[in-house]
Amino acid sequence: MLVRARGLRKHYGSLEVLRGVDLTVRRGEVVVLLGASGAGKSTLLRCVNHLEAADSGEIWVDDVPIGFRHEGGRLHELREADVARQRADIGMVFQRFNLFPHRTVLANVTEGPVQVRGVPRREAEAYARELLARVGLADKVDTYPDRLSGGQQQRVAIARALAMRPKLLLFDEPTSALDPELVGEVLAVMTELAQEGMTMLVVTHEIAFAREVADRVVFMDGGVVVEEGPPEQVIGAPQHERTRSFLARVTA
Amino acid sequence: MADRAGAALTRPVDAPGDSELLPQVRIRHWGRWVAGLAVLAVLGLLFQAISRGDIDYASIPDLLTQDVILEGLVDTIVLAVIAQAGAIVIGTVVALMRTSANPVLRWVSWAYIWVFRGLPVLLQILLWYNIALVFPTFTIPVPFTDAYLLDQPANVIMTGFLAALLGLGLNESAYMAEIVRAGLTSVDRGQTEAAKSIGMGPAKVLSRVVLPQAMRVIIPPTGNDFINMLKGTSIASVIGFTELIHAANALSSRSLAVMETLLAVAVWYMVVVSVANVGQYYLERHYNASIRPVGTRGSVWAKVGGSLRTPPFMRGSR
Repeated sequence: MLVRARGLRKHYGSLEVLRGVDLTVRRGEVVVLLGASGAGKSTLLRCVNHLEAADSGEIWVDDVPIGFRHEGGRLHELREADVARQRADIGMVFQRFNLFPHRTVLANVTEGPVQVRGVPRREAEAYARELLARVGLADKVDTYPDRLSGGQQQRVAIARALAMRPKLLLFDEPTSALDPELVGEVLAVMTELAQEGMTMLVVTHEIAFAREVADRVVFMDGGVVVEEGPPEQVIGAPQHERTRSFLARVTA
Repeated sequence: MADRAGAALTRPVDAPGDSELLPQVRIRHWGRWVAGLAVLAVLGLLFQAISRGDIDYASIPDLLTQDVILEGLVDTIVLAVIAQAGAIVIGTVVALMRTSANPVLRWVSWAYIWVFRGLPVLLQILLWYNIALVFPTFTIPVPFTDAYLLDQPANVIMTGFLAALLGLGLNESAYMAEIVRAGLTSVDRGQTEAAKSIGMGPAKVLSRVVLPQAMRVIIPPTGNDFINMLKGTSIASVIGFTELIHAANALSSRSLAVMETLLAVAVWYMVVVSVANVGQYYLERHYNASIRPVGTRGSVWAKVGGSLRTPPFMRGSR
């Protein structure tokens, strides 16, 4: 089991976003989180790499308690600098790409390996060029992000995450900010990654992607997991009324 | 009347055949000629008045290089540069405290800005300069021994230069703190999150991602403040520090060429400020490099030359 979340609770003021969520992701598995906006999917995802701290509950990634140090039968909260080391093994792709606008495409991808892992620059650049070629952007290495289309930026962002050789990739609505004609190129890269055996936890509204690529679909509503299972079951034959009405709305 | 003229513009006329294009008559920019002549006339009158004045212009070039004036020039520049550099360092630290998650640091930085921005610079300089009245000696004892790291009369330590430096620098540091804070908060939160997601700790997030982007917001007002600082050093003349104004007063009290000396000093201020302007231009260009279209890169002189090549009154009539 690569990811194990247990009893996650999180609230903003009086709003309870997560109300006791359990989630598991096996190594090499692709899990898609579905649900209406406000269901708590993104918050759950952001708890996995501790961009948000849950109020209670635990998240273990590869037997490491995220945000904590396990000692003497207790979990001790970690300082930000120590959490950073745990995050290095967990890649994340954001809705709004969040590429570094002051660095070239190549520098965006080498930044993590060089600055965080201490990989020699030449080695990092060679691997970055290889990754950029894989996402179809070999000719854009010296370009600045603002010269790229949204789809190209998102593919650079995926290469930036992969450059850290992560155990797990988190996708937070990776195609929601894209023009419709650019969604396909990003989903194609994600599908390829899934086929290569990358462990992925994906928040998306692309039902077709979930149906074809996901090993398991988790449907959330109101801060809890309503149902989960293989896509043909959750999307094909949903058991719960809330899942059915959600699917009816997004596929209409 | 206006209506009828307007109607004429939209009334159909006999369109020409498609044989050839009609000749076009360009707008005459009479306003520009009138404004140009008016400015020339005013400048002429001004020049005439100035040339008749009771002043010895020929002595100004000599005054520029008088020893006292050059000393004042160097002191002005040294004071301004050190005060501004110190203010940038302290201001950055205070801004980081201000945006920190630690409530104690936030409160302390708020109070720091409140005090050092609130008091007039002149008052702050006078307080530092007269500190000997309150603390006659400065001592720093070495703990658990009888030795002293520092044991000096305050009058020896608190020179005019140090008092001016503290007064100007600490006041400016409060302004720099606000400028840096504005820069830090201008950077999108997504940038911090992306940096964290590739495993960067707080120091790397700041130095590699947030500060470089904040520079675009920080530099223009900082350049502005530095130019203010260059001129603001003149306030140190009240405690007898030999910056440019004090040097000018010292010189003209002997030579009695008051206006000539002041004009010589004015020339130096303009020179120093102009140099600072050019420096700011290059700094801004450096930090804008990634968002600037390639075509607009080029030296200041190329730009100035380009804008002079076509005289303004020619542009409309081409």
